[in-house]
Amino acid sequence: MIDKDQPILETRELSKRFSIGTRFSSQGKRTVHAVDNVSLTVRRGETVGLVGESGCGKSTLARCLVRLYDITDGRLLFEGDDITGKSLTELRPFRRRLQMVFQDPSASLNPRRRVGDLVAEPLRIHTDLSSREISKRVAELFDLVGLLPDHVMRYPHEFSGGQRQRVGIARAIALNPDLVVLDEPVSALDVSVQAQIVNLLADLQEKLKLTYIFIAHDLSIVRQVSTRIAVMYLGSIVEEGPAEELFATPAHPYSQALISAVPVVETTPAGTRKRIILTGDVPSPLKPPSGCRFHPRCPIAADRCRTERPQLTEHRSGRKVACHFPTLAASDG
Amino acid sequence: MTISRGAAVSNEAVAMPRKSRGPWALAFAKLKRNRAAMASLAIFLLILIACLSAPLYARWAGVDPFSSTLDAVIQIDGAEVPVMEQSTEGLGLGYTPLGPTWRLGNYFLGADSQGRDVMARLLYGGLNSLFIAGAATIFTLIFGTSAGLVAGYFGGVTDTILSRFLDVLWAFPIYLLAISLSIVMIAQGITIGPITIESGSLWLPVIIIGIVYVPYVARPIRGQVLSLRNSEFVLAAINLGVPGSRILWRDILPNITTTLIVFVPLMMALNMLTESALSFLSIGVQPPDASWGTIIQDGQALLYTRPIVALAPGIAIAISVMALNVFGDGLRDALDPRSKVQLGRD
Repeated sequence: MIDKDQPILETRELSKRFSIGTRFSSQGKRTVHAVDNVSLTVRRGETVGLVGESGCGKSTLARCLVRLYDITDGRLLFEGDDITGKSLTELRPFRRRLQMVFQDPSASLNPRRRVGDLVAEPLRIHTDLSSREISKRVAELFDLVGLLPDHVMRYPHEFSGGQRQRVGIARAIALNPDLVVLDEPVSALDVSVQAQIVNLLADLQEKLKLTYIFIAHDLSIVRQVSTRIAVMYLGSIVEEGPAEELFATPAHPYSQALISAVPVVETTPAGTRKRIILTGDVPSPLKPPSGCRFHPRCPIAADRCRTERPQLTEHRSGRKVACHFPTLAASDG
Repeated sequence: MTISRGAAVSNEAVAMPRKSRGPWALAFAKLKRNRAAMASLAIFLLILIACLSAPLYARWAGVDPFSSTLDAVIQIDGAEVPVMEQSTEGLGLGYTPLGPTWRLGNYFLGADSQGRDVMARLLYGGLNSLFIAGAATIFTLIFGTSAGLVAGYFGGVTDTILSRFLDVLWAFPIYLLAISLSIVMIAQGITIGPITIESGSLWLPVIIIGIVYVPYVARPIRGQVLSLRNSEFVLAAINLGVPGSRILWRDILPNITTTLIVFVPLMMALNMLTESALSFLSIGVQPPDASWGTIIQDGQALLYTRPIVALAPGIAIAISVMALNVFGDGLRDALDPRSKVQLGRD
């Protein structure tokens, strides 16, 4: 049996850098530090929410986690197996158990193929089911995600965004995976549809004992679905902890600013909640700032922050933060 | 009353099981509504059918379009008329071929400088022109698509080598390259492995024209494959563990077929023009075979006395090329309205 405590997915100082341009282009060869030294542990059955602004490397990290991108540095372990350097062929057995749902369902479904065919694809690749058994399984999956049986013969363009995402989810769970990476699964959808999809994902998690990595920039959704949250800024994780705790007492100044930006309808007395507005823009990942990546925008930055990069360390039980002054930040917020 | 009836009808329509219409069915419906395109298609098919019936015409009219019949005599309204008439002007040297009789039967469009039936040669020539244009299109599409797919999908060194090779082909002006290739091949023919193509074979112009246009197809295809390669649905397929070859066949190829289909009529038109030009320069179709280009060349000498010999194939080329282009534009509008697919350098 599998060790209960063994993390299902673990990254150790994982980095992904892209090279753009060549020696001959005007600015020479440059490197984008898309994901920088991310160490993340995901345990069986939990939902890890990954939040951050657009362009902070969430999607790149997601694609590294399922090895759609090659990893530049660090290690990626799936149930203790090192899959960092495995080739596409060697990865095939892992694909069954490690699936992904993409952000834009209209882009992630091939417009030229019927949706039933798309959902059947993983079954054809990974199982030796007969075509009758496959269509039976596809019908089951359609039922599971709330689509009608006669939808199988339709093309993606004949569906609404929410239905398309249901197809994407059906395809991802077709092989009974253990871990599903959800890359902003609802951000391309209408608000009314978002709730339906989030509920569907929660139902499926319960029924199929799934583990989720849920990526989003919408904090209220992440708060609702996640058991644990990791906050990303400029390619690195700046804070990590249990969802409710992190929302209640964010320790990193960036998390504080992010959480203070969530609109609330709570009955908090006016004035107790302070909206923290950050100055400046996210620096370019082409030229990340020295020291703490956040120091140019940080309200409590000190000299030390400009030179020394804080590591993600446990500052309270179960809470990790990458900041030199987490307590100060916490009391300040 | 009317309102409630309208509501009832719309409810019925919703309840009715809707037939799923795929992207192909939608495109076809759109094409059928385009009258100019459909008329062009009809004209082209008419020309094609006429050319295909060339042997029938020759037998029915009792003419041999491939050997000279300088001393033939035919009956017109009971009178005997020689096909080649002694010139009465000047010194009385040389012969003038029979002009168009405009009567159903032999020599409908008159005779050429060797006394052959122009109508029969026009149909046979059209057959060759269309065959060469069609076969060269298939040749170009097969090689251009393969090169584009492989270069775009695998990238890296494969892409660099293929692209540079295509760039070299691209760097030559089309006609210069075609003429150079023709001059080398026309005299001796070529041998590729077990296949030998003799000089004078129709396959020579097919290969020459086919090669010349390969980069014009490979380049846009490579570009499309490059962008498809990074599309989310291809990433999704990779994430499912679908092997690369299957992704190429099932995910990428179906998404470039619209482009390929749009290329067919446009390439055909371009190939017909190229074929005519090469044949006109006598480095395309070789006598006694005819093509519209060679007939124009034959007619060149008779331009003052019997202009119909050069005009007829010229008009045939113009109509066919125009029909193909209009149809191709319609096809593009129906299949891929956003694409800016075009053949040519810019």
